[in-house]
Order: sequence, then C-alpha cells, then structure tokens
Amino acid sequence: MRPILMKGHERPLTFLKYNREGDLLFSCAKDHNPTVWFADNGERLGTYKGHNGTVWCCDVSRDSTRLITGSADATVKLWNVKSDSALFTFKFDAPARSVDFSVGDKLAVITTDPFMELQSSIQVKRIARDSSEQTGESVLTIKGPEGRISRAVWGPLNKTIISAGEDAVIRIWDSETGKLLKESDKETGHQNPVTSLSKSADGSYFLTGSLDKSARLWDIRTLTLIKTYVTERPVNAGAISPLLDHVVIGGGQDALHVTMTGHRAGKFEAKFFHKILQEEIGGVKGHFGPINALAFNPDGRSFTSGGEDGYIRLHHFDSDYFNIKM
Amino acid sequence: MTIFPNPIAEIEEKSKLLGINLSEIDLDSITLPQGEDFGIPSDDEEDELRQEDIMEFESGLTNAIVVDNLPAVPKEKFDKLEGVIKKIYGQIGVIKELSMPKDPVTMASKGYCFVEFNTPQEAELAKERTNGYKLDKSHIFVVNLLDDFDKFMKVPDEWAPPETKPYVPVENLRQWLIDEKARDQFVIRAGPSTEVFWNDSRQLKPELVHQRNHWTESYVQWSPLGTYLATVHRQGAAVWGGATTFNRLMRYVHPQVKLIDFSPGEKYMVTYSSHEPSNPRDTHRVVLNIFDVRSGKLIREFKGSADEFATGGTVGVSGVSWPVFRWGGGKEDKYFARIGKNVISVYETETFTLIDKKSLKVENVIDLSWSPTDSILAIFVPELGGGNQPARVSLFQIPGKEELRQKNLFSVSDCKMYWQSSGDYLAVKVDRYTKTKKSTYTGFELFRIKERDIPIEVLELENKNDKIIAFAWEPKGHRFAVIHGDSPKADISFYSMKTANHTGRVSKLITLKGKQANALFWSPAGRYIILAGLKGLNGQLEFFNVDELETMANGEHFMATDIEWDPTGRYVATSVTSVHEMENGFNIWSFSGKLLYRIPKDHFFQFLWRPRPPSLLTPDKEEEISKNLKKYSKKYEAEDQDVSMLLSEQDREKRKMLQQEWEGWVKKWKQLHEDEKMERQMLRDGEASDDEEESSYEAKEVEVEEVLDIVEEIVLSEFDQNS
Repeated sequence: MRPILMKGHERPLTFLKYNREGDLLFSCAKDHNPTVWFADNGERLGTYKGHNGTVWCCDVSRDSTRLITGSADATVKLWNVKSDSALFTFKFDAPARSVDFSVGDKLAVITTDPFMELQSSIQVKRIARDSSEQTGESVLTIKGPEGRISRAVWGPLNKTIISAGEDAVIRIWDSETGKLLKESDKETGHQNPVTSLSKSADGSYFLTGSLDKSARLWDIRTLTLIKTYVTERPVNAGAISPLLDHVVIGGGQDALHVTMTGHRAGKFEAKFFHKILQEEIGGVKGHFGPINALAFNPDGRSFTSGGEDGYIRLHHFDSDYFNIKM
Repeated sequence: MTIFPNPIAEIEEKSKLLGINLSEIDLDSITLPQGEDFGIPSDDEEDELRQEDIMEFESGLTNAIVVDNLPAVPKEKFDKLEGVIKKIYGQIGVIKELSMPKDPVTMASKGYCFVEFNTPQEAELAKERTNGYKLDKSHIFVVNLLDDFDKFMKVPDEWAPPETKPYVPVENLRQWLIDEKARDQFVIRAGPSTEVFWNDSRQLKPELVHQRNHWTESYVQWSPLGTYLATVHRQGAAVWGGATTFNRLMRYVHPQVKLIDFSPGEKYMVTYSSHEPSNPRDTHRVVLNIFDVRSGKLIREFKGSADEFATGGTVGVSGVSWPVFRWGGGKEDKYFARIGKNVISVYETETFTLIDKKSLKVENVIDLSWSPTDSILAIFVPELGGGNQPARVSLFQIPGKEELRQKNLFSVSDCKMYWQSSGDYLAVKVDRYTKTKKSTYTGFELFRIKERDIPIEVLELENKNDKIIAFAWEPKGHRFAVIHGDSPKADISFYSMKTANHTGRVSKLITLKGKQANALFWSPAGRYIILAGLKGLNGQLEFFNVDELETMANGEHFMATDIEWDPTGRYVATSVTSVHEMENGFNIWSFSGKLLYRIPKDHFFQFLWRPRPPSLLTPDKEEEISKNLKKYSKKYEAEDQDVSMLLSEQDREKRKMLQQEWEGWVKKWKQLHEDEKMERQMLRDGEASDDEEESSYEAKEVEVEEVLDIVEEIVLSEFDQNS
C-alpha cells in the first residue's frame, strides 16, 4: 500500500517507538521536539516541547501514560503522555543518548555520551509512581566501556542491562551490582560501532545493527550469536517483526557522504530479511537519505521508518506480504 | 660483506650426502649473488633473495664502486690523485666516502680506490660512465660495483662441470582444461587476499581453488593461454601454475619491476621498471627485460632513458606507453616491435636481434599495431608540415618489410586502429578536421586484409558529426558495433562487412536509438554483445543478440566498472572495483543476461577470467558439433538436472536444519519466559499475564483490519489534497 508520509520534524529522525497497544507512535528527531502520532493514519497528535537539543531516544510506559525522552541538552525528561507538560527533568553533565523503561516501569536505564573529559556512563533511575515524589538520584551508575554507548536496554526481569556502542562490543551487566557479566566475542561479533539495538516482542533475543554493514541476532540471556544478516550498507536501525519471521534493517551511507553520491548509490532502503534463513526478502525504498530509525507496530501489520531526510514513512503491509513463501 | 668459509657447492654436496633439505636450513650463512648461481639450483630462491636484499641494506655496499688501474702514486702526489678522482666522480653523484689504500711501508697508493655514493643508482651510473675512462694512456679505469667484485672473487679457480639435474616430470599445467564439469576459473584480488575460483554456475556460487594473502605486491595477470598466473613483486615477477594447486614455477629477477607482459604464445615475458634518475634533470631510466617463460632465462635486456621508449616521435610523453614491445606473428611469438623516434624497430625471436640488423625508418611514426594472426604491421604517421604531407596508414609485411598497402589521409587529427581478431579486417577510425578546423568528424577506413590487393572501403556514419564513443569487432566474425552520438543517449549501430548478395560491401544491420551505453563487450564466441553503460551511466547492461537483432535481457549492476566475458562466451562477470568506495564486488551473469550470483567484496581490485588456449578441434569438427548440438548437449542437460535436484535437496535440508535450530531456541525461550512469568507479574504489580496479552493481541487483529480500511480512505483524501 502507498506509504503515509509524516512530515512533522524539521531535522533528521533519530528514534521511533510504538506504545504497547500499537495505536500511538512516538518519534524523536534532531529538532528538539518529540512528537506523538496516530499509528494508523499518521495524524499528528502533539509534540512535547521543552528540550533544547537533539532528542536521541524515548520510551513509553506500558500503560501509555508516561513518556521518557533523552536529549543532547544533557537532560532526560519525563512527560505525561496526554499533555505536553514535563513532569520531571533529570539533569546530567553529558548528552543523554538512550532511555529504556524496565518491566513494571519502576526503573529507567539512561546512557550518557562521553563529554569533555567525562566518560560515557549507564545510569539507573527510579521512576516514582507519583511524579511529585520523583527524585533525580541514580540507583546505579556503570562506567567502563570506551566511547559512546549507543543503546542500553533491560534484560529479562530487570536483572541485567544490555549495552552496545562504539567499541562494537555487546555487554551484559548485572543491574543490581553493576558488575560486567558477559561480553560479546570480538572475533565473531561486530567489527564496527554498533548503532542500534532492539529487543524481540517477548524480550528473549535482540537485534543489533552496526556500521560493519551487518545486523546480528543475539540471545539476551547467554549472549549467544544466533544469526547474522549481511547487507551492503552501514546499518543504523533494525527491528524484529512480532508477527512473522522477518527482521527489517535500514541504514545507508554516512550522512557525511550522502551529498556526493546519487540517490540510488546510497541505497537508503529498509531491507527485509528472513529471520531464520538469513536471506534477503526485499526492500522498501523511499527515503532520500539514510534510515535512522525503524519500528514494527506491535501487531506486525505495519512498520515505520524515519530518515535523515526528516520524514517518517508509515507502511501498512499489503496482503501479499503475509503470503511471502520462502 | 660476509666472507664465505665454504664454497656453496661443498655445502650442497654435503647436504645431499647427509640428505638434508637445504630449504629447511637457516640460510643466514649462505648468500648467492644476484643472477649468479654457479649452476647450482637453489631450493628456495625466494628466501635466499630476500636475505640478500637485507644483507645489502645492512652493509650498504650496493652504493660503492671499486676503481682499478689507477696510477700508483707516491705519498707526495697522493692528494692530487685524490682530487682528480673526486672531481671525476663528484660530477656523477655525491661522494659519501673515498678511500685509497696505501702501502704501509712506502706510503704509496696501491693503484685502486673505493668510492662510496649516496645511492646504488649513482654507483651504477658511475660504473656505466667511467668504466674504460682514460686517465692517460697507461691508466684506463676498470670500474666495478663492490658487490660485483665480491662476486668475481668467489668464482672458483677450477672449472667444475655443472651437475646434470635429474629429470623431474612437470605437472600437467593444463589440468584445469579437463575439468569434468567444463568450468572456467577466475582470479580475484580483494584486500590483501588473492583467490582463484571455479565458476560453478550450476551451484550458483564460486568454488575456491586457491587462496593466498599477499600473493602479489601489485597485481596479477594470466598468461595469454591461461597456463600461468603471474605475480609482481619488488624483486621481480613470478609465475604460478600446476595440476591441482598453484605452485611457483619460475621467478624472473627484475628489481623494482612495475609492469609485465606476456608474448601471445606465452613463450616470453617482458618486464619493465623505471628508476629515479640520480640527477633530477635527467629523465627516468627504464629497464626492460625479456625472459624465456619456461626456463626463466634472461634473453635480452634493454636499458635507456624513458624518452627512448616513449611512443611517438612528436608527442612528448613523459612515461612509456605499455606495452613497449608489441608482439606480432600470431601465437608463434616470432616478432616484436617497438616505436622509437622516427623509427620502428622490429626484432625476431630466434636471435633476439633486429631484422636485417636495421630498424625501419619512418618519419614521425606515432602508432603501430600487429595483425593478431599474421606478421603484418600497421603503422600510422600523422600529417607533417601543416598538411603539406598527408597523414598515412601503411601495412608492412614482416620480415620482408614490404609495404603491402598504403592509404593517404587528409586533414587528420587522430587515428586509431582496430584489428578483427582473426586478422581478416582492419578498421581505422579517422578523426578529420572540418573545413574550419574548429571541430572534427569521424569516419572509418576498412581494410580487407585477406582479399587480393587489400581493398579499402570508406565508411561514414549517417550523421557525420556524431561522436564515436566505442567501436568493437565481433570476435572471429564479420560484424562490428559502433556507439555514436552523445552520451547518455547514444545510438548504437551494427554493420556487417558483407551484404546478402555481395561479400565485398559493408552494410548496416540496425541502429538502436537512444541507448544508455558507453562500452561494447562482444562475446568471445561472437553473436552476443553486451551494451553497457559503465561508470557515469550506473552500470546499465543490455544483452543483445546480433543474429536475431533483438534484446535478450536488460540488467543492471549498479556502479559497475568492469565487464569481462569468460573465454567460452557462456558467462559474463561484471564488477565494481575499489575505484568506488561502495558496492565493491562482482556479479556473474549467463550470456543471455540472467543474473546467476552476486559476491560482494570490500576493497575489490581485480577480476580476471583464466584464458583458454584455442580449441584443438578443426573447424569442420566444430561445425559438426554445432549442427548436432542436441546429441551432445543431452548428457550435460541430464547432469544439470541432477545438480539442480541435488541443490534443491540440499537447500531443503539446510532450511529444515535452520528451522529446527530456531525452534530449539524458541522452545527454550518459551520455557524461560514461562518460568519467569510469576516474577514478571510481580514486577508489574500483578498486572496481566503474558498469555492473556497474547490472546488480547489476537482479538485486536480484527480491530486492525477495520483500521486498514480507514487508512485507505485517507490515502484517497491525500490524493484530493494533491489534486
């Protein structure tokens, strides 16, 4: 079906997130204003104004009442989804890169970038049910990995935190003690910075995308490398279909080099792979720039992609898609 | 320099006696000077050579010379002599050190001295220039490199008969031709690795034959008949081949070698290097060696300044145009020629000297080319004296040097010669000035070499002003294709040297209008051609059948830079080499334009099919086969079917395995998920279990379908807005 073009951001998209029901889509971009859309028709519901820098990441609570956003203005804000009022602002001394609510939404893991002389860090904050009781205190702070941490998410039962970043290594940390539990093998793992990490619907495995032109599927508990999807372009984003055995990965040439190549040379396609056979199924073209964000609707019947071109493209799958035989 | 306690022969003998393999021994104590092996075969020349290199660097004696036959002067005149020598050699290079040994008793000089320069090049130049220099009547300099001196010292005083080597049967170097599945090989270079593969198009993938990292230091090249794979190294070139794998068969010592070239019959190899001049005002010095490929023997050496080897009398080219030597006389490698200033030198390979000991004097000659099959040489001489003397194309018969045919051409700006592969025709593309001399237009002069008196026909395009983008003869055929007009929408015309009822007339077959093409690639078997739009045209490919004059398929290999047909004309390789940053790798297509498989490779440098020698079948036999193709192809079709059956079987197996493996994971996860259910529920303050969640998803499916309908309306409304 014809994709729905959602033009609301003025700058490149950075992140896309559906709520649990799949009726709302939250988008983050470099233009400071996270936006919420109707996930069905692409109508804009509203924006959350208050950040003063690129918004890198967001997460929405299970009951769709709370939104958390991490921004390069060195703050993480907690919002009431219904109104655009910020409930609380966590202040950091470095840009915040990723945010993720835990199971039960009582904790959030936040990563900050290396800044000036500061190292990158992973911090856990307690989220109060009543926002008037919210404090900015960190429950846990983990430091160690070199370079930027692109994304950190919760493992099963909030017992672990999985992080991946510029040093191409995936790590599993104990969320209680902050101890490093596992590290991906440098030989078999990614060779270049990891740019994205997204979990499966049940949180048993996750997909990482890397600038080494591949995406990989890992077991979340043992950190076993299960699958590798090889493409021709650096990967910026990936998502796992909750419905079919498909994964979609997107990316494209560096934004830096885009102006020097033709539209087609950049290959700004969202590529579908068969999750199990690791074979390419097809591609969805359209963006005029690298794809920075991808998300599946929780029902698996539509997906959205956000590009460096500032557009969000909402694709409802045709019936043909569900009849693909591999 | 190291002094050798034992002559090499002794070691060799002794090692033989003891049954020691010399290659296993640390060869630190053994050094053979370059180009001299005392008739003793070395087990591993490479190691020895490398080591020699290092030795030279360590001692730094490659840049020193020994000057002999100096006057032996008493103490008083010592300084004067030193001054003279300094003056002589100071002109050649920077003298780092000069030492003249003295007799300890009389303090008189001993009649020789050592001169050390900054660079080995200077030392060599000094030797070249001053050997035989007459200081006075009785003192004629004898100059040698210090290294050479060492070498001479080591020559044993008594002559020992060289050992006769026992006959070692050579592997079948053409084993690859009798591959059961009649596949072809190709070599690729990507990153540091060089790999040779079978093109297994039945399996839709390449099969690795041999892989080696840092196999070559610059590039690789097949010999023209495919027997050898040549690699280029700092110390020289090497060829590789063999029945099952690639062994080194021979090395050709040529320090700093840059380019290599085989003679068409692969009997000889030409190696080329250019060296920085010691004096920046001089031009580069060029060294060309011709080796016998099989024995590795250096047959002839050419040295000179780069100018002498630059093609073209009038055109000032700084580098040489490769190949410097053009081989002629078909596959027999009988002759080779090169252009000098106003002269063409033709050598014959029996003696490796000039034919009749004389070069062919041709004023201002700038281009020459051989017939691919006969010993006919075509040359081009541009206009002279502002058009007073016309440009001309001449054909010469070698070795007689008789002029077979000559054609004068007027107001010519440039000329290019294209031989048809069996030497039947020669097309000369002539760019002429228009009357105003402001622009040029192009025409063709077509020579029919095999006919009596070599008739020439002039062909002009219908639109005379069309630019010619590409020209190509059908291999072994009578047709040619021309891309003309303006890129990117150029026209492509096909011509035949025959017409239906007249064999002596050129006729046009068809013109294809507005094609995105800038290169032509005929199948080596003729009949099929690829019209390709390389580089700027994004790799558009059109597979065209010239017999039927119809397009078989259109394809695209985005950003493709190179296209090469396999030697049989069954498959085509298109590749994107590392001139582009992205998309590196190659695709293999069938002749009819079906994409068979794609191999992405980062830092992709080279793709080369292994050539095949000409078929041993007689033309009659070939015709018989093509007539009864059905009979012969039956066997192969059956095989194909078997393979594809096997493949789909294997594929199914593989998929089944993957599926099972995945199911194993899913089962484990489900179990763990179930185990953690209670805990999770607690974390969520007792909210909905996962199972309920899943069922609620299913209930929602209906909802979503309704929603889909709504979306369709909205798309329509979008239309409305647009319109």
